[in-house]
Amino acid sequence: MSKDMMEIRWHGRGGQGAKTAALLLGEAAIAAGKYVQAFPEYGPERMGAPVAAYDRIAAKEITIHSPVLKPDVVLVLDETLIESVDMVHGLSESDGVLIVNTPDSKEETKKRIKWNGSKIITIDASKIAQANIGRPIPNTPMIGALIGATLILPIEAFMEDTKKKLEKKFKSKPEVIEGNLKAIRQAYEEVRK
Amino acid sequence: MEKTIAARTGNEAMAEAMRQINPDVCAAYPITPATEIMQIFAGFVNDGKVKTNLITVESEHSAMSACVGSAASGARTMTATSSQGLAYMHEILFIAAGIRLPIVLAEVNRNISAPINIHCDHSDTMAERDSGWIQLFSENPQEAYDAMIMAPRIAEHKDVSLPIMVTTDGFIISHGMERIELYPDAEVQKFVGEYKAPYNVLDVDHPITVGSIVLQDYTFEFKKAQHEAMKNAKRVILEVGREFAKTFGKEYGLIEAYKCDDADYITISLGSTAGTTKTAVEELRAEGIKAGLIKIRSFRPFPAEEIAAILSKAKAVAVLDRSESMSNQAGPVATEVKNGLYDAGMKVPLASYIYGLGGREIFIEDIKDVYKELKNIADGKSKPEQAKYIGLKV
Repeated sequence: MSKDMMEIRWHGRGGQGAKTAALLLGEAAIAAGKYVQAFPEYGPERMGAPVAAYDRIAAKEITIHSPVLKPDVVLVLDETLIESVDMVHGLSESDGVLIVNTPDSKEETKKRIKWNGSKIITIDASKIAQANIGRPIPNTPMIGALIGATLILPIEAFMEDTKKKLEKKFKSKPEVIEGNLKAIRQAYEEVRK
Repeated sequence: MEKTIAARTGNEAMAEAMRQINPDVCAAYPITPATEIMQIFAGFVNDGKVKTNLITVESEHSAMSACVGSAASGARTMTATSSQGLAYMHEILFIAAGIRLPIVLAEVNRNISAPINIHCDHSDTMAERDSGWIQLFSENPQEAYDAMIMAPRIAEHKDVSLPIMVTTDGFIISHGMERIELYPDAEVQKFVGEYKAPYNVLDVDHPITVGSIVLQDYTFEFKKAQHEAMKNAKRVILEVGREFAKTFGKEYGLIEAYKCDDADYITISLGSTAGTTKTAVEELRAEGIKAGLIKIRSFRPFPAEEIAAILSKAKAVAVLDRSESMSNQAGPVATEVKNGLYDAGMKVPLASYIYGLGGREIFIEDIKDVYKELKNIADGKSKPEQAKYIGLKV
């Protein structure tokens, strides 16, 4: 990547919201004045199958239209994928950022994932989601963690844009909107600490 | 003008333009990766956001047939398809063009079977290059949106009166979300204007014959008129592009020449890969290599003279084709470019490449390698190859 563009790769299983996370982040970044691409990897689409999704975020127009090879940030929504998918492919150990949804420690996770970079963040996003939203869908708190780790966007701008999106989608379920926002905030603050 | 900054995929952008244009009739049949365009548009119909008469049919052959009937009765008519769907429309595409019906088709470029593959290449669109349709390629969702707004103006122009397909690259653009600037409905509608068909098969006070048999006596003259209309289309695409620039602020031509003024080495490509190439050009220029790009926006009509003029100072040229024509020589784009160079009396060294079939990825490094090969050719270290495959697994 060039210094003025951030490339992000999301790993999850079909149904866990990797694509939705990439889109939510991308839309919020556009609302905050950035240039963005957000796209999933299209393969066999089945509930539970490994999926990947990508974001490119930059201050200038992005013309490149090839897949992301060397992400700056990798997010793992589902730690059970660690043994079957090469999560850290192309992720630099010197300045890459790895964010994993797991209750385990950084050291345990690094060993398990066979990655020796220093910028690893472990966060129990599923637990945060369960506590705040009532379902263990980790994608929105993982965006909170990503913003906490990279400050790619002001968290307030992301919260505001996501609130608008969720208000459209969950008109009759205000508790889902409130829960998601709380989960994002909690994950963000946990990482900022 | 108050533009709205939004996040849209190529399919969403095309559907948005269709909503703003509010065509009289759409007839469509779903196919990956174009399905979403009509799915979103059907939502607009359902929600009363457009007054379009949406005809659901049982095949693409029927979809294009319904479009022919609709357009012949003077209705502004649109559809969307991809790949096998476009191939299944094949015989009706020629009829739409031969009857001179300004139908607008949102086409998402996808591989043609076999093998069965849902991903991007240009083999579907290129297979219809002789059908008599105007064919515009888009680098990104913004260009697809803008081209859809210009499409009715070009197709319906009295000197053209030809059907037009606006294409995006399957998944890469159709399903890739990007930042886009949308224009107000009223401005788009004012630009597109109302369609007044010169003839109308339902106008019983002025009866006409449409689609009749014409043998040796006049078919030849019909074809010559079509030929002239496609020539006129070059002028009209430029005129509409200039007017679009005045209204919406971005000008479109038949081609986009990117950093070609002082370029020694120029590659030619279409669609999303032209965008990737721009980044490659930037990186090569930072390394001191004078690289340039010609992005072909209009493949039909083909801008042969315009391309030859830009290549006149180049030391070596490469054409990147995302489809095969199995001629043992080069892909369809390279063939056309070479035609133009011959007519211009030019003999610049030209290498032709085949890439990206069935969605095979192409990376900046692949494209930079092409430029480096051009330098070798210009330096006399190697000879230009034809239909060389990029990115094959070994």
